[in-house]
Amino acid sequence: MNDITNTPRTLPRTSATFDDYTLSEIRRAAATGIYDIRGAGAKRKVPHFDDLLFLGASMSRYPLEGYRERCDTSVVLGTRFAKKPIELKIPVTIAGMSFGSLSANAKEALGRGASAMGTSTTTGDGGMTQEERGHSKTLVYQYLPSRYGMNPDDLRKADAIEVVVGQGAKPGGGGMLLGQKITDRVAKMRTLPPGIDQRSACRHPDWTGPDDLEIKIGELREITDWEKPIYVKVGAARPYYDTALAVKSGADVVVVDGMQGGTAATQDVFIEHVGIPTLAAVRQAVKALQDLGMHRKVQLIVSGGIRNGADVAKALALGADAVAIGTAALVALGDNDPRYAAEYEALGTKPGAYDDWHEGRDPAGITTQDPALMARLDPVAAGRRLANYLAVLTLECQTIARACGKSHVHNLEPDDLVALTIEAAAMANVPLAGTSWIPGVNGNF
Amino acid sequence: MCGIVGLFIKDPKLEPELGGLLSTMLDVMCDRGPDSAGFAVYGAGAPGAVKLTLRGPAGTDFAALGGRLGLPVAPRDTHAVLTIPAGREIEVRARIATLAPEVAVISSGSRMELYKEVGLPADVAKRFNLAGMAGTHAIGHTRMATESAVTTDGAHPFSTGPDQCLVHNGSLSNHAGVRRELEREGLRLATQNDSEVAAAYLTHRMKGGDSLGSALEHSLEDLDGFYTFVVGTESGFGVLRDPIACKPAVMAETDQYVAFGSEYRALVDLPEIGKARVWEPEPAKVYFWERAA
Amino acid sequence: MKSLGSDDARIVDLSTSTLRELNGALHALNATNETLWRVLNPRGLHAIAAGVDAPVTIEIDGHVGYYCGGMNKQARIVVNGNAGVGVAENMMSGSVHVTGDASQAAGATGNGGLLVIDGNASARCGISMKGIDIVVKGSVGHMSAFMAQAGSLVVLGDAGEALGDSLYEAKLFVRGSVASLGADCIEKEMRDEHRALLAAKLEAAGLAGEVDLGEFRRYGSARTLYHFHVDNVSSY
Repeated sequence: MNDITNTPRTLPRTSATFDDYTLSEIRRAAATGIYDIRGAGAKRKVPHFDDLLFLGASMSRYPLEGYRERCDTSVVLGTRFAKKPIELKIPVTIAGMSFGSLSANAKEALGRGASAMGTSTTTGDGGMTQEERGHSKTLVYQYLPSRYGMNPDDLRKADAIEVVVGQGAKPGGGGMLLGQKITDRVAKMRTLPPGIDQRSACRHPDWTGPDDLEIKIGELREITDWEKPIYVKVGAARPYYDTALAVKSGADVVVVDGMQGGTAATQDVFIEHVGIPTLAAVRQAVKALQDLGMHRKVQLIVSGGIRNGADVAKALALGADAVAIGTAALVALGDNDPRYAAEYEALGTKPGAYDDWHEGRDPAGITTQDPALMARLDPVAAGRRLANYLAVLTLECQTIARACGKSHVHNLEPDDLVALTIEAAAMANVPLAGTSWIPGVNGNF
Repeated sequence: MCGIVGLFIKDPKLEPELGGLLSTMLDVMCDRGPDSAGFAVYGAGAPGAVKLTLRGPAGTDFAALGGRLGLPVAPRDTHAVLTIPAGREIEVRARIATLAPEVAVISSGSRMELYKEVGLPADVAKRFNLAGMAGTHAIGHTRMATESAVTTDGAHPFSTGPDQCLVHNGSLSNHAGVRRELEREGLRLATQNDSEVAAAYLTHRMKGGDSLGSALEHSLEDLDGFYTFVVGTESGFGVLRDPIACKPAVMAETDQYVAFGSEYRALVDLPEIGKARVWEPEPAKVYFWERAA
Repeated sequence: MKSLGSDDARIVDLSTSTLRELNGALHALNATNETLWRVLNPRGLHAIAAGVDAPVTIEIDGHVGYYCGGMNKQARIVVNGNAGVGVAENMMSGSVHVTGDASQAAGATGNGGLLVIDGNASARCGISMKGIDIVVKGSVGHMSAFMAQAGSLVVLGDAGEALGDSLYEAKLFVRGSVASLGADCIEKEMRDEHRALLAAKLEAAGLAGEVDLGEFRRYGSARTLYHFHVDNVSSY
């Protein structure tokens, strides 16, 4: 007779394809009938700036003395057509995030922190607030498909205009703001009934394609008497063509946002499966500018997953003029802070994983419109944290630039970089470390 | 992503001015498409004769080529029109391929001539002396290249059948799949351009027996994306916009002509435009004007 | 640019002046006695009289291109001809009157003011409107009042396919036929307050007493898409 308990058996095995996360999502979908909506950017691991290394100076090149010898970080944006280009002290800007998705205090904190460091902030899909304009020395006003709150007075109050074609988190898609966050003030600014689920359009209502965008940009320039730099922001999908077309449409500045770039709320399937990594997008965008003879004439801002000064330096070395940060800025303000661990747990998540920004229950008081939660964020202190963080990004970037012998961070170049992986080498178009091999170097990009 | 112009003459008195009028229309559309330009003109034809439009590298000695072929040739800058007896097209094409492999045959037809080059549309029109051309109808295009390269091959119009040409403003989203099917059917496409796929699709339908109107109707089912097509044939021209119709289109008609422009600006110098009926073609509706035979 | 003494109109001929000169001069207006402007030879140019913020009258003789009167505040703009894409887009106040036809996206995203089109308007008339009033004496094309949030659209002729798709709180009145209603747009009862509203809009457009209110039907949002529900999934 067989003794089942003594017969050797294989261990229970979960599927690599149907892993725990996948199974939980299937159960969630089956229970609710709606796709998973969340905030933030792609969470899967993709080739990133971590896969690149700098070649510091040693014998063949001379480094600059840290702390003493000058290494500039300033950047001028909008030199092509605008009468009043923007000058920033550091090459790190704050990406567009709407009042509505963020609390008024959070917007104020972003303005305070950025202004302290001499850089710009950006409005979002919800119009310009007085708090934001008042606390931002340099403010970029987004021109989005929804045109919520759009008006000529704010357009003229802005320092630059960013025509948003797409976002790295969702190239080709529109946004979503669920009812919990459509408070009376948000509703009024967006001309919507309070409390409804707001769906944003994915295409602009009165132009489609670069030939018509050129005419739209012409109108915006006429309305603002050709003073303001006009940015065109695209989500990274076909960055070579999109950058070239933004230039042909008359942009002063092109913003390319990779798939790690965050959003206030959209479908998870969009965030994780549409668009390409930031690393893969930079060189294509730069190549487009170079092919048109417009590199450094039309400035390039890169965003999506920028976390530290090394990321900043690498983006600049690959040819960007500046970077923009969103998620990292929110974390600097206090988003996903472990001190709210118990509250995150009550929401079924944990610090570092909280991404239900659309639900408006953010314990850190940042991605919410709830007055009690909002009050938790002190805009002065949070602004100070952001300024500190921006200072660190800048110092780190300078440190690397000096080590590579550069007196301006913009003199970093692709030749200062090597890659740790074949994937990163191919995407960034730099050699695999210790070799002269660039995979796919005979390709188009 | 581009600008389109088209002019169909109803009053024969205006035929000598066709090229001049189209040239002015094309100039205005420079902003919409600064990369390259092209146009097809339906001029005089002779019974039993076929016109081949040739394109060669700068400096091509078309006169010498005509001499070696023993056929009359009319050079215009990098292009030339070779007039041949209708029955000899296959043989002449083969001889050109041998004698001057660098020369491409870009169109064939009893009346159509086709010219296109990289550069500002106004300059392109000047190089070929568009203003000096006469005919019954013509279509032109200014290109802002989207995904395919800025090359002469990528410039519009595209011709994939006798006396047939197409220009396009917009962006197709399923052209790669349609291209594969057309290639399986034996069609050969010269570029990676989505517009050439549209032209080849219409040619393929018409070879299968469709009228141009019916071919355009079918394209509504088979071609996905945003588009405005203007199509020329030996006897007329047609217009089709996709059902969403985001890309602009304006038409004008008088007793003397029917005109198409991506924007009204393109039409402002046409004769008596102030008295013309000006309207916007409806989405997903085939418009077609044909000359009495 | 020159001033003509006869009717005190400031005349700008766009065949000799640039668009920048025109718009620059219009933007420089403050308290002005130059209250009447006439623009000649517009020739389909874009962004004519865009961004004006002054209580003046601007008459444009001829067809205009894209975005004429864009973001207008206060000014009364008359286009004696057809208008291209996005006429009076994002208008804040004042009025734009087109005596001919208007192209796509007429009055798009407008926040206020009155847009009157004597002829037809093509696709997406009043798309994403946020408080503007639009009166079209002819017909409107497909997807008109798409995602329209507030304001009113009055159509004396017919409406194309998918009228009022994904509509929010804008009020739609159509006298003729409607090819089809878009997702979440339904016909609603015309009550006295709606008749009063319609009468006011018609009067503002100079049509008081010229059309029978009883011939109009009212359309509005069914509000079923205001909150996601799996049973409406075919509408998303």
